[in-house]
Order: sequence, then structure tokens, then C-alpha cells
Amino acid sequence: MNTRSHYDVAIIGAGMSGLAAGIRLAHFGKKVCIFERHNAIGGLNGFYSIDGRKFDVGLHAMTNFVKPGVKGTPLGKLLRQLRIDREEFALCEQKQSRIAFGPQGETSLRFTNDFAVLESEVAARFPAQIDGFRRLVAVIKGYDDVSLDAQPVSARKVVREHIADPLLEDMLFCPVMYYGSATEHDMEFGQFVIMFKALFLEGFARPFEGVRVILRVLSEKYRSAGGERRMKCGVKSIIAREGRASALVLDNGEEITADHVLSSIGAPETDVLCGAAPQVTAPAVGRLSFVETITVLDRQPTALGWGSDTIIFFNDSARFHYEQPVAPVDPRSGVICLPNNFDFGPGQQLPEGLFRCTCLANYDRWAHLPEAEYLAAKKQWYATVQTSAARFLPALPSPGALTAATITTDMFTPRTITHFTGHFGGAIYGSTQKHRQGRTALSNVYLCGTDQGFLGIIGAMLSGISMANFHILQPGARG
Amino acid sequence: MTKDECKKVVLDIIADIAPDEDLSNVKPDVRLRDQLQLDSMDFLDIVMELRKRHGIEVPEKDYIQLASLDSCAEYLTPKFNDLAAKR
Repeated sequence: MNTRSHYDVAIIGAGMSGLAAGIRLAHFGKKVCIFERHNAIGGLNGFYSIDGRKFDVGLHAMTNFVKPGVKGTPLGKLLRQLRIDREEFALCEQKQSRIAFGPQGETSLRFTNDFAVLESEVAARFPAQIDGFRRLVAVIKGYDDVSLDAQPVSARKVVREHIADPLLEDMLFCPVMYYGSATEHDMEFGQFVIMFKALFLEGFARPFEGVRVILRVLSEKYRSAGGERRMKCGVKSIIAREGRASALVLDNGEEITADHVLSSIGAPETDVLCGAAPQVTAPAVGRLSFVETITVLDRQPTALGWGSDTIIFFNDSARFHYEQPVAPVDPRSGVICLPNNFDFGPGQQLPEGLFRCTCLANYDRWAHLPEAEYLAAKKQWYATVQTSAARFLPALPSPGALTAATITTDMFTPRTITHFTGHFGGAIYGSTQKHRQGRTALSNVYLCGTDQGFLGIIGAMLSGISMANFHILQPGARG
Repeated sequence: MTKDECKKVVLDIIADIAPDEDLSNVKPDVRLRDQLQLDSMDFLDIVMELRKRHGIEVPEKDYIQLASLDSCAEYLTPKFNDLAAKR
């Protein structure tokens, strides 16, 4: 047990952003300690075990994939800044993904890690829109999305300047919103650009063993750079004096001090640690939460005829509704992930089949259910979500084939998210108010991660790096 | 330390922070930024690695001196030699 009580930097939360910030700071000689309330690292991108089976929490795919040698992208920046050799992540590319709209997915846009595929699909399905689509892509490519002081603009407004067909507009927004928007209906254009590049101009990949490979690499870099980590040791409160954090009180009552505090737990959550009255509603707390069903199969999805698609973003209605549902779950739209359908190389396949579906959910409808009702609701909505998603996949060899192939299932709800991450309202993408410069009410407490606003798993790591550089390592950084 | 040795030190640092760059034909009189994909974050890393590995401090006003390998050598070689003399 470490008995030192003063650090140059205390980091709250051992998720992707906290670990990345920790690596930067420890590498450049800062005394750093990461405080993590749970016994596992990863936060929103962690993993868990049930009956010896490991499940990834958030990760469908790592976005921002580019092939070796492609310069000037977030993945390259991240690998450089953390001194990670890209071989260490051993990324395997997606096969293909789709955006499928209509009651049975009648309108479909395929995309792969080669942007030309999406472009030709748009040209084929929406010939009247292709010129506008190309203009939009040019605007996106030229946009400075990592600027720390950009002014907010509506993404819907910018996209509509180029695309006149609401169906195509919704089809482009659906994946971008599902993979990162904290706001309903619309998003800030800078955020749209980050996600559009991450999903379409770059692409999807994953390590064979999933998110734990990435966490293992980060954890090892951090340890070997001399960073400390305290697990099952959350920060209970931050004591403020004269506008600065003067001490941190840990869950066990111990007090520690630090020159700087980087908090990855979210903006309203950090305000509460600093003594503010909790704000539990929008805009401080995001209204968007999710359920995810996970079905473990005794065969590869290809044996069910589901071998082509890696990710499918679906919507069955006339318009795409990215909003908090009134019901516990909105099964009209969602995301299907078949993790087996990455190209793992010859002879390599995941030991079991996996079929995952994500849909929008209402936190309040899940949060306070008595245990028996909660379990019953999970069971009911699991079936509804699966049935909804199956409409967008090729027909099964027989109606009972999926059930017959199922070994076990799991499901997480908004309640699970809040339990394991501490995010108010089960808000995976955090507050609707992002704080690009990471500033808080206290001059030496900064945000990193979700509420700083660089999204996705690569964005989260870049957020930790940027905030460590900007507030602590850069010359002129304030103390 | 000679100026050539100093250039080698800088190249070694760049090789570590940007392993995906080809450094075999870096022209010493051309700005590093114009021949390699290095952004301001990467220059911050060069400065921090100089401090960490060699105890060389580069104040912010002097960052411009690190523009090319030649200017790095002009600026850093005396600093390396001053430091060696003090040891």
C-alpha cells in the first residue's frame, strides 16, 4: 500500500481518458495517481466476466481505424503521444457495415473502411444528392475538429445546406449519433465532424480479444512509466479553498493532496464532488441512455446466414428519432454488432458467436424498478429488441434457429451504466454541455473524457492526452 | 559534442516520438515541419524529451530555434557542451 499523500496530478477514473492522461504525465516525470472506484479499469469501455465468459461493455468496434502509413489522423496522433506501436493493438478490420432504413431495411447503404464504397452507395441510391454529399464531405475534411475554442453550430443546419433528401440526412445522422451524440435530435457540427471522420472516412477495427487488449496496453504503459493506480478507491469529495482544490477525500476517508486534478467522471458529477448541489436533469445531465442485449451463440453467425455484416445501424420509421423514449426502450432504431465478422485473418475466429443489439432507453423507467420487476422488464425488452433487430438481418434458416443456437444471454440497462460508471442518468455520452477546454469552477481541476467532448474510444484517449498537455505539460500551463 | 552528434540526438528523439516517419532522408536545412508530419504536440514532445533524457531546457520563446536540424544543432550544441562542462 502506498503511503505517499501528495501527487503532482490526481486523476479520477481509470477509463480510456484517465489512463491516457496518466501515461503522458507519468512519462514526463509527474507523480501521478489514478483513483478508480471499481476493481476493474476501462470505465465505459471495460469488460466483465460471467461464468468465465468475458464480455466487452461498450466496444462494438474501435472507430478511427486507418491503415499503417496514413498520416495526420487521430489514431496516429494517439499512438505517437502514448508511444504505442500499432502492432501492440493488433487491429483487425471490419468486413462491411450497413445503414438500413425502412420497415424491413429496404433502403440500405453499405460502407467499409474504404470510403469509396459509401460514396458509390450514396450515388446509386440517392443520385440527386451525390453532388451535395461530396460537397458536405469536402466541408467535413476541411473542418478543424480538434480546436479547443470552436463556436457551436447545428450539424442538421450544415448538413441540410448540402443534402435535400431527409432520408439520406437521417441515414447519415443515425450512425454518427448512436456512436457519440449526447444531445437529442441534433448535434454540434464539430462533434458531427469528429464522428463522421471516425466512422466513415476512417473506419472500424478491433483487436481479436476485444477491448481488453487496448486496456492491457494502456495499463502496462502507465505502470512502466511509473504511474500509480489505486483500485476500489474512489474520490468521495474535493475540498475547495479559494477557488482551488486543496485536498481530495477518498471513499475510505483518507485525504490526499495534488497540484492538479483531472476528472474523467463527467461535468455535473465533478461539480457534485466539489460540493455543488446535484443537477439531475438536462441540460447538465444528458437524456440519452441505452440498453444492450448480448446473445452468445454456439456457432459462428455465418452459420445462421449472418456472416457478412459487422455493424448494422437500423431504423424502421419514416424519420429517425434520436431522443429519450417515453417507454423504457425504443426498439424502432438501434445498432446491431456481430463481433465475429471482423477479418481476424486465416483460421482465426472467436470461440463463440456473439450477437449484440443496442437501442435507446429511458433511464427513469429503469432506475427505480423493484428487483423482480426489473428482471421481468429485462426479459421482456430483450425479446422485443431481438425481434426488432432481426428484421434487418438476412432471414434465418428456420424460425427457431436463433433460439436453438443460443447458449446464454445478458443485457445491460441504463441502471447498469450508472452503477458501474457513476454517470448520472445512465448517460453514456454524458452531459449535453461539453467543455472543450476542460475547465471547471476550480482553477486546478480539469475535465477529461466524455464531457470534454472528444468522442469515441480514440476520442476519449485523445481527450486525456490533450487535457494533460494543455493544462499541465505545456509551457505556460497554469498551476 | 559536435553539431553532427547533436543532430543525431534530435533524430533519435523524433524516431521515438514518430516511429511511422521515414527519417533516412531528412534534409538538415529544411524545416522539419515541411518534410515530416509533425504538429505542435510533437514539438512539445521533442522539447520534453530533451529535458527528460538530456536535462536540456528549451524555453518557449526559443521553440523557433528547433525548426530544422541545422537550427537545432546551432542552438542545442552549446547547451549540451555547457552542461557537459558543468558535470
